[in-house]
Amino acid sequence: MPVAYFLVLSALLFSIGVYGVLARQHAVLVLLSVELMLNAANINLVAFSAMLGEAGVPGQVFALFVIAVAAAEVGVGLAIVILIYRNRRSVDIDEMSLMKW
Amino acid sequence: MGLNTPEIELLGIAPEIALVVGALFILIVDAIIGEGGNKWHLWILSTIALGVSIFLAVQAWGSNELQMGDMIAVDGFAAFVKITLAVFALLTVWLSRSYLHRDGIEESEFYGLLLFAVAGMMLMASAADLIMVFLALETFSLALYVLVGFRRTSLTGQESAMKYFLLGAFSSTFLLLGIAFVYGAIGSTQMYGSSAAGAGAQGIATALVSLPAGEFTLLVIATGLLVVGLGFKVAAVPFHMWTPDAYQGAPSPVTGFMAAATKLAGFAALIRLLDAILFPLRGDWRPLVIGIAVLTMVVGSVLAVVQEDLKRLLAYSSIAHAGFVFTGIIASNDRGVSGSLFYLATYGITVLGAFAVIAVLGGRDERRTTVDDFRGLFYESPLLAGALTLFLLSLAGVPATVGFVGKLVVFGAAVEAGYSWLVVVGVLASAVAAFFYLKVLVVMYMQERQEGAEPATSGYGGLATGVIGLAALATVALGLYWSPLIDFAERATFFFSAGG
Repeated sequence: MPVAYFLVLSALLFSIGVYGVLARQHAVLVLLSVELMLNAANINLVAFSAMLGEAGVPGQVFALFVIAVAAAEVGVGLAIVILIYRNRRSVDIDEMSLMKW
Repeated sequence: MGLNTPEIELLGIAPEIALVVGALFILIVDAIIGEGGNKWHLWILSTIALGVSIFLAVQAWGSNELQMGDMIAVDGFAAFVKITLAVFALLTVWLSRSYLHRDGIEESEFYGLLLFAVAGMMLMASAADLIMVFLALETFSLALYVLVGFRRTSLTGQESAMKYFLLGAFSSTFLLLGIAFVYGAIGSTQMYGSSAAGAGAQGIATALVSLPAGEFTLLVIATGLLVVGLGFKVAAVPFHMWTPDAYQGAPSPVTGFMAAATKLAGFAALIRLLDAILFPLRGDWRPLVIGIAVLTMVVGSVLAVVQEDLKRLLAYSSIAHAGFVFTGIIASNDRGVSGSLFYLATYGITVLGAFAVIAVLGGRDERRTTVDDFRGLFYESPLLAGALTLFLLSLAGVPATVGFVGKLVVFGAAVEAGYSWLVVVGVLASAVAAFFYLKVLVVMYMQERQEGAEPATSGYGGLATGVIGLAALATVALGLYWSPLIDFAERATFFFSAGG
């Protein structure tokens, strides 16, 4: 399969992620949208790595690194979300407006 | 098929190893000692770890090589940034000790996370592979997200941690997409190219020499994404949305550390990428970076004028300062590189001093951080008022302070490279900026203290005073006698080169 197919798929996923970050109000859904964007970049890496054949091993290794980093990021992110939920009983990011401008 | 083990030399990352070991040691020691007590061991151990780290960073002085399987560049540029970062962290540790102790939230995790963050920032400075840049960026970002929300019971603290985290994670995906495109364009994420013979020894620098001129489209797009991703971290407009909120809600020592060290680390990666690796593509990235620089200087200065909260005001001022550093990057000559580093080093010291004064005066739980709370400060605490005056004048760029010298150096480099109009924009932005710094001074000196206001300086330790004193001393001394540090920056800032 041509590499372009995967690039289109990844571009679509990335755009959906960007839309989710901008449009969603629930903090966890925003976090999930960020995960979509990370995985879109991962698809790019793996597709390019397949395109390069045997020389493409670094790309796959990099994708694994990204998965690990994403897991760490979710860990910290959900901890912050829980902290906020305990105090406010809501994780709607539109309500987080103690500070403006 | 034999297993190909890379040559392991630890000298290149010895400063980072010292910090990580120190951080783990602090966490373990605290678990053994347990609750209660004065907790003095925390800041002593952090100081020792940072001291060892500085010593090891100085050891790497003068080397010019790639290590750890071409992942780490050990060169003068990295050494300068590492030493500066460790000095910032030392000041932050001392200041945090007073601050956390007063607020009763002194935990080993704070110091551990701070040291982890510094280790990540140091890796950022010497990263010679885009994978390394991403990992280093995430290492220090994850630590900082937690540090920003360290005042767990404060609603503003939680809110700023949330905003910083969401926007930070959002921005790092752009960086990652940029890296993926670089990988697609040249088949490697290395910056310099492998020193091992054969085996796809291609890096960005070598690819730019060997590929025909028309084949860079993907690389140019990737460069744009990399600039966006790193631009978030250094708080460049239009990627600055998180800055005022994160700076306002974070504990003041952390805010100072972010303004000084995060900016330095982000710019270190940007300078290495743009001025060393992607220098042949400067015709493509310059228009983008010039646009960002102009927006950053103007928007940062103008929005700071209307701020009521001093921490928020300094956040917008830090945005404007990022714009001034960009003028040095745009120049992309030797003076621009060393000038940017000099600017970042001196700005960091000054801004840490300013946030140290705010940490002391803000009182428990940071109740007093609006400009109005500093009314008549001079009549109550002339020394602190004097120190804050000095820092604000230096940030404004008044002669005889180090801020003036820094601006002189980066603007000089931009003029040398033929960007005089950019310097004019920069000087106009500084003129606007001078207005809000003076506004604070007027409030401190010319207005009466509020009736029945709490005493401004209750319960802070001698360490915080020491930090303020050191920063003030550096601001004046370097402002009057700057040549040693500039010479140091000029001699320091050589990048790795295969020939040298």
